[in-house]
Amino acid sequence: MATTSAVPTAPLQTSGVAPDAVRGRRKRSDRRFQSPADVVVFIVLCLGAFTMLLPLVWMLSTSLKTQENVFALPPQWIPRPAEWSNYLRIWEAGPLLRGIANSAIVSLTVITVGTVTSCFAAYAFSKMRIPGKNALFLALLGGIMIPFPALMIPTFMLFSSIGWVDTLLPLIVPGLFGNPMMVFFLRQYLMSVPDSLIEAAVIDGANHPQIFWRIVLPLIRPAIAAQVILWFMGTWNDYLGPIIYLNSENVHTLQLVIANFNATYAVETDYPLIMAASIVALIPVLAVFLVFQRQIIESIALTGTKA
Amino acid sequence: MSAASTSPPTTVERPANVGARAGTGADRRATRRPGRGRLTRPERFWGRIFIAPPVLGFALFALAPLLFSCYAAFTNWNGLSSPVFAGLTNFRTMAADPQFWQSLWNTVVMMIGIPIGLAISLALAIALNRRMPGRAAFRVIYYLPGVSSVAAISILWQWALNGDFGLVNELLGMVGIDGPNWLVEKQWVKPALILMGVWKGLGFSTLLYLAALQSVPRNLLEAAMLDGAGAWRRFRHVTAPMLSPVTFFLVVTGIIGGAQMFAEVNIMTPTGGPEFGSATIVWYIWQQGFQNLQLGYATAMSLVLGALIFLVTAIQFYLNSRNVFTVE
Repeated sequence: MATTSAVPTAPLQTSGVAPDAVRGRRKRSDRRFQSPADVVVFIVLCLGAFTMLLPLVWMLSTSLKTQENVFALPPQWIPRPAEWSNYLRIWEAGPLLRGIANSAIVSLTVITVGTVTSCFAAYAFSKMRIPGKNALFLALLGGIMIPFPALMIPTFMLFSSIGWVDTLLPLIVPGLFGNPMMVFFLRQYLMSVPDSLIEAAVIDGANHPQIFWRIVLPLIRPAIAAQVILWFMGTWNDYLGPIIYLNSENVHTLQLVIANFNATYAVETDYPLIMAASIVALIPVLAVFLVFQRQIIESIALTGTKA
Repeated sequence: MSAASTSPPTTVERPANVGARAGTGADRRATRRPGRGRLTRPERFWGRIFIAPPVLGFALFALAPLLFSCYAAFTNWNGLSSPVFAGLTNFRTMAADPQFWQSLWNTVVMMIGIPIGLAISLALAIALNRRMPGRAAFRVIYYLPGVSSVAAISILWQWALNGDFGLVNELLGMVGIDGPNWLVEKQWVKPALILMGVWKGLGFSTLLYLAALQSVPRNLLEAAMLDGAGAWRRFRHVTAPMLSPVTFFLVVTGIIGGAQMFAEVNIMTPTGGPEFGSATIVWYIWQQGFQNLQLGYATAMSLVLGALIFLVTAIQFYLNSRNVFTVE
């Protein structure tokens, strides 16, 4: 259903997105307030931002407290003394390092291989003449619409029957086949690339893998970057997949490790330790977000205009 | 003469061909079928190779499990021995299972967060749409919870909602309210999860609304102003209709996502909450399937969930197609 409305409008969307990229840059006039009303709005937005950040700041504050300080009344916002040793204790308190390694293995393998397969598929779906490709594309989109919980039991049994449960393979292998969401977005993006460009290359004697690497890939690089970042955040933060497939601690991904921290140390009310581990789990994604925030925010905006 | 008679067809054919390729899918199908000639053979060959992985992935990890679900839902199956056909037993059990209905109800109730979040994020987006310092910083801050992992966020909020020492009750205490023990009291566990969901999702919807607001053509607003429309009427009759696709998108994805809520519940209320007050349908499916090994029953429930999501989405698309607003 979404396809029928989205597909024909593809060229319009990309043209609508281009000014957005310009808008993302700060204009000179943005540095000054235009009217008194703007000052009021600014103050309200500051209060809102404060509320949004407060839980995260509180998490950081808790992670630096001693176990007794956590229960101090009134609560200390700036813990004194700052207990930096919490960040040393977490590495011994659970398989945190193993979790980071496992999460990195899963995300990096899935995204490296999956991006390549998704790009090739997007190119083929948008630019190549293949009998029946539209029907296949619709099938892929239909697949996106099936919620994972509706499929998780048979999928689990499938992996169980080949002995992959309690390994990282069920989290990795499906992703290697490409991400239908990424195929969809890259295809939309490629629709606005003129066919004549590819035809010219065909006439010049290039074969299709060459056309892809030399012409298509450089053109869609920004779109790929945005999709890769979003996919990374999705894989890194995934919880339902790992909790179904992974039992042993040595294969736990980072999200499971911190969830277990939570379950284990809440009993001992060691909240500083739990918060410190959770902050360590947040850092990679927050770092990626802060570095690439412009691209991420623009590709989020792009998602909206697709609707 | 002969040169003149042969050249017009070629000159006519070329632009027509180019036009067809640049056109929409509909004209393309009308003017040209996918080539089956010798010329396009390498193209078909490489094309099939390029699309094979996702198509294969779809067959293996979506279609096959779905078909198997349709069978397993009608069986008695514990995962150790093979499924035994049981007819409609699972569906009868479901209809009489108070926990199934309770978890379905919990899931629906927690979707109250969707309209609340939309209203706040629309207000935020309108505020952010003004020219002022720090806009970029605001966008980043509001979206920060959205990129954070659900697990870490749930752990944080479990602690923030602690009845005696949590952040939420500290803040309520400052204004003289004695906050409840959120995750332990039946009537407060759902509002607590809704609060957290709104906080986490706010940035995403704000960004989408902001992008939509920025794409409202200035000349339309100016025309309305010249016609004497005040700020409210300009918003009501020009801006708001142009935001409706975003609202539609957010409601659809919000419901699809909300129906699959799991990690928050599993981490914050590992036993399904006080009197099963926070167990969502996916949590219950997970518990029945992977904890109690009632795989047949869990599959039946997951099939019902999938069908419900599909149905609700289809209804929304139908309603949307009836009152969609288009600007030429």
